[in-house]
Amino acid sequence: MEAIAEKLRTDLMEKPAPVVAPPTVGLDLGQQAQPDAAAHTAEVVFEVENLDVYYGSFRAVQSATFTVYEHEITAMIGPSGCGKTSVLRCFNRMNDLIAGARVEGRLDFRNVPLYDARVDPVEVRRRIGMVFQKPNPFPKSIYDNIAFGPRVIGMAKRKTDLDDVVERSLKRAALWDEVKDRLKDSALGLSGGQQQRLCIARAIAVDPDVLLMDEPCSALDPIATTRIEDLMQEIKNDYTIVIVTHNMQQAARISDRTAFFTAQMNSETDQRSGLLVEYDRTEIIFSNPSDERTENYVTGRFG
Amino acid sequence: MAKARLVGDRTSTMMVQAMERRSTDVRGRVFQVSLFVTLLLSLFILGVLVVDVVMDGWGIITGRPGGFLSGTIRSRSIDPKLGVHQALVGTFWIAVFVAVLAFPIGIGAAVWLEEYAPKNRFARFVELNIRNLAGVPSIVYGLLGLFLFVERLEGITGGKSIASAGVTLAILVLPIVIITAQEAIRAVPQGLKEGAYGVGATKWDMIRSQVLPYAAPGILTGTLLSMSRGIGEAAPLLLVGAVSGRLGSDAGFFDFGAITEQGFMAMPIIIVEWVQESGRDPGFAEAAAAAIVVLLVFVILMNATAILLRNYFENKRG
Repeated sequence: MEAIAEKLRTDLMEKPAPVVAPPTVGLDLGQQAQPDAAAHTAEVVFEVENLDVYYGSFRAVQSATFTVYEHEITAMIGPSGCGKTSVLRCFNRMNDLIAGARVEGRLDFRNVPLYDARVDPVEVRRRIGMVFQKPNPFPKSIYDNIAFGPRVIGMAKRKTDLDDVVERSLKRAALWDEVKDRLKDSALGLSGGQQQRLCIARAIAVDPDVLLMDEPCSALDPIATTRIEDLMQEIKNDYTIVIVTHNMQQAARISDRTAFFTAQMNSETDQRSGLLVEYDRTEIIFSNPSDERTENYVTGRFG
Repeated sequence: MAKARLVGDRTSTMMVQAMERRSTDVRGRVFQVSLFVTLLLSLFILGVLVVDVVMDGWGIITGRPGGFLSGTIRSRSIDPKLGVHQALVGTFWIAVFVAVLAFPIGIGAAVWLEEYAPKNRFARFVELNIRNLAGVPSIVYGLLGLFLFVERLEGITGGKSIASAGVTLAILVLPIVIITAQEAIRAVPQGLKEGAYGVGATKWDMIRSQVLPYAAPGILTGTLLSMSRGIGEAAPLLLVGAVSGRLGSDAGFFDFGAITEQGFMAMPIIIVEWVQESGRDPGFAEAAAAAIVVLLVFVILMNATAILLRNYFENKRG
């Protein structure tokens, strides 16, 4: 366990990290970061503690604390402007692209502090893939869309290796049968649902550890949505999935854990900022939430 | 009335009547027609110019097109060896200088401004100044060229030479190249950039594989249009040494030594000169008109290349 964490630490950081004595050598990481009393042996992927996200002086998210476990689907739900996408975009440092964005608090990915100065965001994004709200295939062929990631990270050098990666990724994303005869055609000719599955295939082509999905079905019809949801269930054994969704039924259908965020008015600054209200197993969030605001939201009385 | 108002017309017959009224939107029509008139007007003026020039130069264009293209500057308009060859060579090399200098430098600056520059006061100041530079009168660039390339850097440029003129015009079009390239780069969807970053691309990977290919058609169109503008400039060339009068040599297109030779000709200059000469020798008016046609064809060929290349890149973009 420690060996994996140590390898990641050296992989992610450009320079080798100074030797930090691990506090609990030999201990199972899952147990050490267990928030609830229920016995849970899954490994911790993301450890979020008192995370604040700022855009300039605007605090978009305040002190979020929760844990994402391996091979689970973790859903983030809540009304618009509640900061769920901001949190998601911290997980692979995508927020770095927004001028003035910064975070405070702890955000560890497999025990590596993601916002440590030594961490290379490019390497982070290689390991933590992302699927976006609007399908964003590159204006290239289907093949080149999938091959893009492996090419830039130098994963598959030989043409036959690359062909294998493309085929495997498309099969994994349940798109292969529909496109195998037209891999050289432009990806822009695919339907919206196919494009989104292509984006999933593109994300998994570089063999990531985690898949972040930012409302991946919001631009899709119900049939395409069902296909993506089925796909997520299939691949969660290989990846850890964090999904932001507006669709509560979707969160209830597919996720193992749910984080409910809401937007809260700050009386001092007169600004709204996102707040994590409750985080628990999905069935508890939807059937027996402990916070009244959660209950109001999931029963449709608010939002 | 401009619009059928449905409020209150709740019975189905009234509704049907209201919807079938087909009232004409008068103000909208007037607007549309006046827009069309402005288009016709600009096309008409252009048409008159082209027809006038072609008619004036008709004798030469139809009579001895080859001889006119290969001929040189002569003191008399009836000289059968009169032609624009020296000017064509000069303009060709000026275009080469613009392409080689202004395009890479301008596109590079645009990429830096759009993708790397910190969004601070300094960057805004630089951008504002580039926009201002694009509006500076061309004669000012001529003065710059005279001072910098003709006088200070005479050892390299050979003084009043094609090299000096080429560099001067490259600098003249540089701000336009930067601005058009910036606009093309800015139009690249954020989703593409994030998609590239999302699979572990570095900034360089992202720019090379997404931004530049996507922006290529726009960059290309803008840069080649700026080149058309550059080669039509006469004022700065007069300052950096385009000779009015007879030119000693008649260099070929690929006579590299001639690039740094004192004195050269260019299409806009020969047109100006022949128009002036036509007072003394009216036959030069026809030669000037024919030279204008040659320059127009040159520009049209360049723009056609731009369009073909743009279509090619757009098809590649998917």
